[in-house]
Amino acid sequence: MANKAAESISREEFFYGHKACAGCGGSLAVRAALKVLGPNAVSVLPAGCMSAVGFNFPQLCFSNNSIISTFAGTASMLTGVEAGLRARGYKDFTAVGFAGDGGTADIGIQALSGAIDRNDNIIYICYDNEAYMNTGIQKSGLTPFGAKTTTTPAGSNIHGNIRPKKNMFEIAAAHDIPYAATASVGYLADFIKKVQKASQIQGTKYIHVIAPCPTGWGVAPDATVDIAKEVVDCGLWYLAEYENGSFKLNHKPKEFTDVAAYLKKQGRFKHLTDEDIQIITASRDKKWEFIHKNFEL
Amino acid sequence: MSRKFLSGNEAFAEGIRLARPQVISAYPITPQTIVVERLSEMVEDGSLSAEYVHVESEHSALSCAIGASAAGARAFTATSSQGLLYMAECLYYAAGGRFPIVMMNADRSTALPWNIYGDQRDSLSQLDSGWIQSYAENAQEALDLALMSYKIAEDKRVQTPYMANLDGFVLTHTYETVEIPTHEQADKFLPPYETDNRIDFESPKNMAFSAGPDTNYIFKYKEHKGILAAAEVITETEKEFAEIFGRHYTGLTENYRTEDAEYIIVTLGSIAGLCRETADKLREQGVKAGVVRIRYMRPFPNKEIADVLKNVKAYAVLEKDISFGNEGTVFTNVNSALKKAGVDVKGYNFIGGLGGRNISAGDIENICTSIAKGTESVNFIGIGGEDNGK
Repeated sequence: MANKAAESISREEFFYGHKACAGCGGSLAVRAALKVLGPNAVSVLPAGCMSAVGFNFPQLCFSNNSIISTFAGTASMLTGVEAGLRARGYKDFTAVGFAGDGGTADIGIQALSGAIDRNDNIIYICYDNEAYMNTGIQKSGLTPFGAKTTTTPAGSNIHGNIRPKKNMFEIAAAHDIPYAATASVGYLADFIKKVQKASQIQGTKYIHVIAPCPTGWGVAPDATVDIAKEVVDCGLWYLAEYENGSFKLNHKPKEFTDVAAYLKKQGRFKHLTDEDIQIITASRDKKWEFIHKNFEL
Repeated sequence: MSRKFLSGNEAFAEGIRLARPQVISAYPITPQTIVVERLSEMVEDGSLSAEYVHVESEHSALSCAIGASAAGARAFTATSSQGLLYMAECLYYAAGGRFPIVMMNADRSTALPWNIYGDQRDSLSQLDSGWIQSYAENAQEALDLALMSYKIAEDKRVQTPYMANLDGFVLTHTYETVEIPTHEQADKFLPPYETDNRIDFESPKNMAFSAGPDTNYIFKYKEHKGILAAAEVITETEKEFAEIFGRHYTGLTENYRTEDAEYIIVTLGSIAGLCRETADKLREQGVKAGVVRIRYMRPFPNKEIADVLKNVKAYAVLEKDISFGNEGTVFTNVNSALKKAGVDVKGYNFIGGLGGRNISAGDIENICTSIAKGTESVNFIGIGGEDNGK
């Protein structure tokens, strides 16, 4: 299915001429998802990077119907768009939301939870760049442990972010959502496959895609895809699905690559000590224990 | 046409049924709750065909309605008090996006202290959000406004969301006999919603975009012109309404015994009836009293207010709200109308009814007596003790 989707993906651009930074993982995720969903996708994007770079009148960058929502209102506006179009007799369309980590895990989590609770027929894609990047790299609920941001400086009193990421995938799954998945723009074929699959499922679909931000992560613009691949390969992120009440791992690294190497490549982790890296590695191992116990492998 | 014994909330729900909204986003809050309950029953029994969305908050209620309106559907929601404040962000959003959503607001006090009873601090605090704001006096008017609201909001000259305000409990929960038009009549009056301001698969749109300093101002100016245009559209709509339904309304304001009045009370909402009764009583005593009921706070009836107050000896503004640190918001607006028109008449502000506290006929008589002899500029009705507003 993956190859088929990758081969048959549209050459048409639906997100074209935007002003995102070079190497933006978020715009890559949006671009790929829209190629899968096609011209009848109606996208809803909250105030955030993708709306900021794509919706500046008169330079409007979506060639499918698209609308900016309030920051907290991605899911609720999606609900309204879907209900409104259905009420008007439309059947052949996909209501899809693209919200960042802050818009999803922090301010927008209530509306997302409400939409899943109602089982609204929408796809919600969280492009996770692990901080508030549009406002200049502040900590979000999905900033990983140890990361330096402008609100979690790495000094001697505060040592970067001291809390782990919320697990939005499992939070979505805990609602008994029809379909939830994790993905990474480093494994684009897997992401594309999941978007395609989501488009064929009735009810609420949640896809959480890791989308590195070179500016915020402190990596080169051409490193986005590699680093998005590496985060999976070193085991700090995983590719999985939740469907019919069960978790399934889609990609099992035979051996993890070096966590320290992954971290040290990035400006936001430069300050980490060996002890910090040990904490991160231990938390990875604990997570994988959980995956081995609870996921179909 | 049928007659039913209905509360204000129920009458409004009947009006909304007749308006055939396609999407209803519903979240309960006292004293609005009955509206969303009745509408759900109508959807259940098939007398209303709409997508009924159980949203999880007021912010989502309006956000959902905006999405539905962007999809080209007629959308409805309802709220009150803290709920209105919680959705405040979306109020500006709906207005700026020119989405002609209709919302009923059950006027209620705002916290703290917590209080569920009726005053008008909630809606009057949102006058600048870009919504048309009407204030009904009774259940019949509530029903009729529900039906007229879409026609006014959706008019291409206006394209502005509409907030219909009903006084909490006093109007939302009080039962009256109400005339309910037939669907046939309603359909003749209100055609289905048609707009270009929507998602379009033939010609896809980017909606609700950003506009920088060079263009933002133009969009905001157009928004202002849209809400101003509502004044004329309201008059036209009421004329058409009268032709079909036989009930007459009087535009942005309603005047009572004002032609020769020397003293006028300006007020809004359900208290107007008591003001009119009091004016009658005072007239019997030889005091030439009159009443102006403001039916629409936005667009604001500047001309109507100046015309009716220009020949009086003094006027009072009686209102159930306060802009803390200043005076009642209605008073500020009325004063501004007079100043712009060059009318120099003594005016006094009477603030009362906050948190649902009763305003009696005696209080209203006292207002007229006070303004005849002169009083403080801003007065608080019935505070008592040393702090009675003096």
